[in-house]
Amino acid sequence: MINVQQNDFIVADEYQKLADDNQDGAVVTFVGKVRDFNEGLGVQGLSLEHYPGMTEKVLSEIEAEARDHWPLNKVTIIHRVGDLTLGEQIVFIGVTSPHRRAAFAACEFLIDFLKTKAPFWKKELTSEGSKWLEAKASDSKISQQWSTKLTN
Amino acid sequence: MIKVLFFARLREQLSTDSLQILASENMTTELIRQQLANTDDLWAKVMSADSLLVAVNQQITDWSHSVNAGDEVAFFPPVTGG
Repeated sequence: MINVQQNDFIVADEYQKLADDNQDGAVVTFVGKVRDFNEGLGVQGLSLEHYPGMTEKVLSEIEAEARDHWPLNKVTIIHRVGDLTLGEQIVFIGVTSPHRRAAFAACEFLIDFLKTKAPFWKKELTSEGSKWLEAKASDSKISQQWSTKLTN
Repeated sequence: MIKVLFFARLREQLSTDSLQILASENMTTELIRQQLANTDDLWAKVMSADSLLVAVNQQITDWSHSVNAGDEVAFFPPVTGG
């Protein structure tokens, strides 16, 4: 399931939906939150913009790629957009698999690729105005490492 | 016509989220970028950013990609979600 939404999500509910299958021995979930990013400017929150249509398409492609590499049963990707305050949840990734190692790896792969491929943009709202965040070279390096690792 | 979209920092810098341009023969993503850059100094600066990304029909592509009438072309900065 892929959802791009303004509303918050409830982890317990998402977990319940994922865990409702006795074929799976493993459920791995990840939650990303709004944090106080950097440079002591007093971050109050974020505004998240996305490219409607392309976002859902890219997330489906990333999910398909994860399914090519690992035996997964259920996959949930939820990403929020709009204005979020400090401490709020931004993103939920949940995967289930018969095997724990596959579930861990796929969950990490999904969030790593989401960060570098999906068309979302964060604007930080600080006490001194707002500022678009710069993409991190370390994030694109991580997704390149996945590509190398998975083709070898 | 070709639909052109701008997101995030670009949308704000250009005060534009979308526009339409006439399709012509042998059009590419690079030619559209140049055409937009010719608008004025602001557009020239924004459209020449090294980090600029382009997508055609919602798929990230390169600067030699051909573009035809009815296509959707989007320009945006590197993504920062998650």
